[in-house]
This record gives sequence, C-alpha cells and structure tokens, in this order.
Amino acid sequence: MPLLEIDKEKCIGCGGCIEACPLSALSLVDDLAVVNDKCIACGACLLACPVHALNLPDARPQKSSENLASYSGVWVWIEQFNSRIGGISVEMLGEGRKLADRRKVALTACVLGHKVEHIAKEAISFGADRVFWVDDESLAACTTAPYAVTLISLIREYKPEILLMGASARGRDLAGSVASVLYTGLTADCTGLDIDPENGLLLQTRPAFGGNIMATIICPDHRPQMATVRHRVFELPVADSSRQGQVISIKAAMKAEQITAHVVDSILEKDEVNLADARIIVAGGRGVGGPSGFAVISKLAEVIGGAVGSSRGAVDAGWISYAHQIGQTGRTVRPDLYIACGISGQIQHLAGMKTSKVIVAINKNPDAPIFTVADYGIVGDLFQIVPALTEQFNKKRHG
Amino acid sequence: MNIIVCIKQVPGIADVKINPETNTLIREGVSSIINPFDMYAIEEGLRLKEKFGGKVTVISLGPPQSINALREALGMGADEAIQLSDRAFAGSDSWATAYTLAWAIKKLGEFNIILCGKQAIDGDTGQVGPGIASQLGITQLTYVFKIIKIEPGAGTIKVERLLEEGREIVEARLPALLTVVKDINQPRAATLFHIRRAAQLQIPTWTAADLPGVELSKLGLSGSPTQVIRISSPPKREGVLNLIKTDSVEQSAAILADKIIAEKIL
Repeated sequence: MPLLEIDKEKCIGCGGCIEACPLSALSLVDDLAVVNDKCIACGACLLACPVHALNLPDARPQKSSENLASYSGVWVWIEQFNSRIGGISVEMLGEGRKLADRRKVALTACVLGHKVEHIAKEAISFGADRVFWVDDESLAACTTAPYAVTLISLIREYKPEILLMGASARGRDLAGSVASVLYTGLTADCTGLDIDPENGLLLQTRPAFGGNIMATIICPDHRPQMATVRHRVFELPVADSSRQGQVISIKAAMKAEQITAHVVDSILEKDEVNLADARIIVAGGRGVGGPSGFAVISKLAEVIGGAVGSSRGAVDAGWISYAHQIGQTGRTVRPDLYIACGISGQIQHLAGMKTSKVIVAINKNPDAPIFTVADYGIVGDLFQIVPALTEQFNKKRHG
Repeated sequence: MNIIVCIKQVPGIADVKINPETNTLIREGVSSIINPFDMYAIEEGLRLKEKFGGKVTVISLGPPQSINALREALGMGADEAIQLSDRAFAGSDSWATAYTLAWAIKKLGEFNIILCGKQAIDGDTGQVGPGIASQLGITQLTYVFKIIKIEPGAGTIKVERLLEEGREIVEARLPALLTVVKDINQPRAATLFHIRRAAQLQIPTWTAADLPGVELSKLGLSGSPTQVIRISSPPKREGVLNLIKTDSVEQSAAILADKIIAEKIL
C-alpha cells in the first residue's frame, strides 16, 4: 500500500523515476510507471520526474499542541570516557557554535559524569556559553537510564530548540531513548547541519542506503530538533582558554536505587587506536591470506601512526577481531588517509570508508572495485609493496 | 522464557555490484532479505530458548510482502510470528516505528527479553531498539556482543557491549531490550522441518485497529516527527585514480610514499 501517487495522464514512461528509486520500488508496465510495496515514501523519485507525474500526499496535519517558539538555544551533549572529553563532542561544540550564532542564541553544553569538572571548563573553551554540569557517582559510567532521565528533565525545564549528540555507540543509545520519551524527531548519523534561512529549522543531512543517497531531514513540529552527528565530519574548533562561560551545577534526576543497569567492567582494546577517531587507517582484506598476513599491515600502521582496519572477509575468516571491521556490518570511518591492502572493495566495504579524504589501494587485481574510489593505486602483490612502502616511510620521514 | 525478536525486511544488496563506469549500484535482481543484524537477533533468541525453554515470537512492521521475512524466521525455528501491516503505518520514521512495535509488544503480553539487530542496513539509524525500550519503560542494552549470563530466577542479565574504545560488561535487570552486533553468533540455516511447519502456519496480520490504546495520530507519516524534504546524490569523490606503474616495487613504493607525504596528512 504505497503512499506514492502516479498520475497516469502525465506519465510519459521515461523511466527516470526507476533510476532514482533506491529501493527498486518502481517499474514500467505498458510504458507507465507503477509503484510496488517496497516504496517508503522517501521522495527520491519526485525530483527525477520531468513531468511532475508523481506525488506524495501531505498526510501531515499541522501540529501546534506546544508553543514551538518557547524553545530556544542549541545544546550539545558532551561525551566523556575515563575523564576525557570525546573528540566527537569537541567537533560538535564547534558546529554547535556556528548553528547558535546563525540562530543568534546561546550554546549550552551538558556535561554528565563524576569528578569531571575540568570538562565543563573545556567545553567553554571550545565555544559553549553555558554548561549544565551534573556531578553524581551514579553517572561515573555512562548508562542509558540515569543519563537519559537527567537530560530529559533538563530539556523539559529549559526547552532547547536543538540538541546534538555524537553518533557513537553511547550517543546513539542515549539519543534514541531521549527522543522516544520526548516524542521528538531524531536524525541519526548526520554529515551536514545547517539552518534554513526562511524558517530557522535545522536542516539535517545524512547518508542512507549505504551512502548511495543523501537525505535532508527536518523536524518541523516537535522540539528539540535532535541529531546525532558522525565522527570526523566537522572541523575541530581551537580551544580558547580565555573564553568565559557560566557553569550551572544540576542534581542528577534519577536516584541510584532506581538504576537497573550497571557497568561492572570495561575492557579496552589494546595496542590500537580507536578506529572512529583515527586520522590514518591501514586496512587488510582477504588478500592478506591469514592472521599472520596482518603483520605487514600492522607494521605499516605503526610506522605512519595509524590504526588497523579490516574488511569483512578477513574478519569472517577469523584472521582479526570484529572490532576492526570496516563497512556496512562493521564501523563507518572517515580518516584523512585510508590505505586498503588486499581489499577488493565490495560495496558493503566501500559504504564504510569511501568518504575518507585520501584513499590508497594496493591490490593484485587491476579490476578490483576498490580502485574506483581510490586516489592512488598500485597493482601488485601486497606482501612486496606494503613492506617496501613501510621502508620508504621509515627512510623518508626519519632520515 | 518469553523472547520477542523484532525484524525488518530490507533490500538485499549482498549480491549487488558497483558499476565502475558510473559508480552506481547495479540493481538488477535486488531481492528482499531479513536485515543481516536481525539474523543475529533471531539466532540469539533461538539459543536462549534452547537453553532456558520458552517461546520465540518474531514481529515485523512493513508492507504485505514482509511476511516472507517472518516465514524465513519461522523456518529457522521461531515459534510464532506477527506481522504489522496497515496503510496507517506507511511512512513511519524511527519514532513512529518504535511506537507501533511497542504497542504490538504490549499486546503480546509478558516477556523477558526483546532482541533487535543493532541497526537496519537501509536506514542505518539504530534508533528503533532504544525507542521501543523507552516506550515500554524497560532496560536497554545496545551493541551487545555476548550474553555472559542470564539468571531467570533472579531476573538478571550480564552482557558484553562493543563500544568505540573496547568492550564493556553490564549487569542489568530483566525484562530488557538488547540490540546485537554481528559477532554475537553465527545464524543457523533454515531446516526442512521448520520450513514445512512455517508454510502451514497462519501468520496473523495486525493493523492499527488490532492495537487497542494506540493513538492514531502517532502512527505512520503523520505521526512521524521527522520529514524528508530533499534527496540528493552523495558528493562524488573528487579527482581520479592515479595508478602508479614502474618497473620495480621499490620505485613504485617510493613514488607512492612521496605522493602520500605531499598530501600533508602524516
């Protein structure tokens, strides 16, 4: 029961909509476009139709149950781990500052944790005008309920128009819970944020369908407008320790005895950089041939200060742990430099790394799809090329 | 133990290739599959049932053909399936989807564990699981990599979650909603016995009218807080492939190293 309406009088059977549909929901029958049940009313086809034969009915009644104008200000949730501010939160403070300036409102940082007052000061140095600082032993480790309940009570009292969170595991976990309780819109994994000059709404742009289309999403009738933001998309602001801001101490909204989930231990990945934050990634695929094959990959990564990634093939073969997997069923990364060694570049892998700034491909198959997204490439045996490259970096950079 | 698994039917792009000339998807033969992460959720549900007894119920919200995904889950060994399909649900964003699924779960009655995949590969939001947990007011444990222990008597669960910095062990009270990552298990294949049973089983389809208490204004496109206003192509990668070809590996490696150094990243 698709929502898309097709005007058979106007349709000229050009097939433009079929090309545009990310879901194969359209086809031609007797030279007329026909829609099937795969349609999710995304609107991709509307723009592709040269004769405006397609329409999505506006089933959206105007809602004005709450006075939207009473919501004001941009907020950022500051993620911290082991008393350190997350890189993604710093990026969001920079981007939040820009949005707040455009809206001519204040930027507020929400710092929840235990004994992390220094992070409140850091947030001001990166652009916050005000910090809600919630210090409580129950917030020492980030678990959903105590964090969500405190944020929700702050939002209900102070009514921000925009709330940004990192699209990290914790950020997505928390944002999903907060938006659900508040009945407001949440756009996941944004790579672009802007303010519509006409109506002041937050324009949230994100990749969908494995990065094959970009969707711009708004939240017109609910507040706050919530978005999680992907790692390493926005510029890092420069800290200014002379900036002044207000730190407001707030009490945690949930009593310790009400909390039903507790972190009892955490096991840090050893010897590796966190892939999401990594500026440089050297990744291996099926071409490395086995667990020992990753030695040359690790060596290169070590010499140029990068993290080790992997394609799904090498993880499924048991050569390296899942924590290293990049791609659709692994992590999405956006380093400045991505060196793919022995990775053919299946579409699921490309979805997880193709927005990297510089991509280098080393593969013995000249027709491997990885070369379609690469900036630099060498066709050949990675076991010869990667050590030679490592050697060159050793020589050129360390004399 | 009553286990509910939420699944989504998504376009299967596992066999899809990229056209190297146009850099677009070759869509011929794209079929519909169970979201890969949901396969791990189904498998984990079946393993819990094998260990503790009880029942696995799979539910899915989607167009009529999503019944095929439910039948496939029954083929793997799930006991019951419920389809949620109604024009009133069409165009649901993650909020409205979670709201609708939560009401269906309330109708199913008592449960101990809800399992979902960490995200769907088409929408990639990962928001529906947390959304359901909050609507139901139960504990949520996302990105679960391993269930370490369940004590049904005490009503507790201990899991390992996969985060950016490593893993985290969390103890929580049941009932709980878990979203699972790929490494948690290896999903089983369907068996002939279960496929035969699935073929004969009547899968009920619930519409909005079958969910007493649900607010119609919160369903589907009109109940969705977010609205897609524009779809565009992703920015094309700038520049073209600079393929380095020389007579020796050393020479190629030297040129490549110089190029990378010139990018001023290191």
